[in-house]
Amino acid sequence: MELTGLIAYVIFFLSLAGVYALLALGLNVQWGYTGMLNIGIAAFFAVGAYTSAILTSPPTAVPGGFGLPIPVGLISAMLVAGVLALFIGLITLNLRTDYLAIASIGIAEIVRLFLKNEEWLTNGVRGMSGIPKPFSGLVPGADALLFLGVVVALVLLVYWANQRAYGSPWGRVLRAIREKEVAASAMGKYTLLFRLQAFVYGSCIMGLAGAVYAHFVGFISPEAFDPLFATFLVWVMLIAGGSGNNRGAILGAVAIWTVWSLTEFLTTRIATEHFSLSQLAAMRVFMIGLLLQVILLLRPQGILPEVPPKPIRDADK
Amino acid sequence: MVTEVLQLIIYGVIYGSIVALGAVGVSLTFGVLRFANFAHGDLMTFGAYMVLAAYVGFALPMWLSVIVALAMTASLAVLIDQTLFRRFRRANPMILLISSFGVGLMVRSLVQIIWGGSTQVYDPGIQFPYQFWGLRIRPDHLIILGGTLVLVVVLHLFLQKTRMGKAMRAMADNPDLARISGINTDRVIIWTWIMGASLAAAAGYFLALDSRLQPDMGWFILLPVFAAAILGGIGKPYGAIAGGFIIGITEELSTLILSPAYKPAVAFALMVAILIFRPTGIFKGAR
Repeated sequence: MELTGLIAYVIFFLSLAGVYALLALGLNVQWGYTGMLNIGIAAFFAVGAYTSAILTSPPTAVPGGFGLPIPVGLISAMLVAGVLALFIGLITLNLRTDYLAIASIGIAEIVRLFLKNEEWLTNGVRGMSGIPKPFSGLVPGADALLFLGVVVALVLLVYWANQRAYGSPWGRVLRAIREKEVAASAMGKYTLLFRLQAFVYGSCIMGLAGAVYAHFVGFISPEAFDPLFATFLVWVMLIAGGSGNNRGAILGAVAIWTVWSLTEFLTTRIATEHFSLSQLAAMRVFMIGLLLQVILLLRPQGILPEVPPKPIRDADK
Repeated sequence: MVTEVLQLIIYGVIYGSIVALGAVGVSLTFGVLRFANFAHGDLMTFGAYMVLAAYVGFALPMWLSVIVALAMTASLAVLIDQTLFRRFRRANPMILLISSFGVGLMVRSLVQIIWGGSTQVYDPGIQFPYQFWGLRIRPDHLIILGGTLVLVVVLHLFLQKTRMGKAMRAMADNPDLARISGINTDRVIIWTWIMGASLAAAAGYFLALDSRLQPDMGWFILLPVFAAAILGGIGKPYGAIAGGFIIGITEELSTLILSPAYKPAVAFALMVAILIFRPTGIFKGAR
């Protein structure tokens, strides 16, 4: 009995870590490859989750869905998140990167307000429940394990796509933009277009992560897309794992998700009678914030630093 | 109808004062240090709670509590700068922005650890508004308006008349030129934090007077504050003041046609419009 409980927890834990790995992989293309600051990850994550939830929920659910198959939900989630990214990108990408950061918190705030207030579509603060789960009941008792399989497959797929992009001429241009945008455009690259593509691609992955999250948990409400969980943790994960390194992004997601779960264990151990739940929650946030500063100070390149592909030297011989 | 619009404009000016004071700090730190400080809203929160600590905790008179809060918030900002931001300055400036985002969360959670997550007020009870020509204004609102006026005058004198203020403006205009003309840039940076954080603390106090204290009050006002700073031309303190009032009045007037829930969206829409049509802001700031 103990063992089955533990296995169930491990599956649950790994599935959520997988969702975060997708978010970190998306951010890696935007920040790690191209050096663009997205402080509104929560917006793309939430939009993806709600898009898929609304499209795949049965029409009988509150506030009503379209009952479409789950793959349609996942693809639509990516599309809607991508369109949102295109909109922000077109406005801010020709300005300093700081403006993108500021505009991205703006969009995150508007998405949050929209989800809270447009009850006819999102059921407001009460959230949406009964979001369908893939493979449910296919093999009795193995629902969670099958879902984990889907998550792992998606992480591997995105990892593969990111790796291909990194080594490709397209990825080279992105890294050139990150290092010196003027130089990249002097080489004849239309850097704006590349940045827009990278921003939209990364945001699509975040939308996908949102959809996976919605189908995993089965219930979403605006609270789940708090900037703390949906934006800050992802940043800490990518920076801890290693910006620019896709394996680092995945490793960081698992490592920081482990640390975050351990802080819960820690804070409940220390004198629960002296502190309220909100104070204990704040202590966990404080610890993660401190961890980020320590990493930035001591190992800014992360656990697995970026490994740029070796230059091809055909002139040597 | 006219009274209603006038009433909204009054509320807009009050809210605009708070946004303006916040935006000046953002604009100063941006001008001198070249990064958007995402912890600025949380410095406002910290200031508001410091007033609470001095006023309710130590039972000091209100004016003294505010001075204590300004000093404490300025010290916190200098402490953060010297322990963290100073070390990131030579690296990629984007690292500073990420670090400040984390610092903001730390300050916010510290406030929540000490004072808890529930809302609080300085003085319990209801204030009766003054009425004239059908318009209403609370005594607290007069404190906000008067306080803002005093602070803006002090800021103006500081920037125009003192050597430090002039050095600050020079560094915001051209950091390299400022350095080679013998300005002690480290001292300017410290003074930028002192000014920016004091104004943030005052803004936080006013924000708490206008509504109430809450650990994430500063985070939620960060968007209008940034919008005001961009509107006024980022790096231009006077522009930020104008931007703050424009944002405040527009947000309040928008409630005539939009749901009040979408007020922050109005600030964002104004910011987007200015980014598209005049990215340097009304007063031509740094691009």
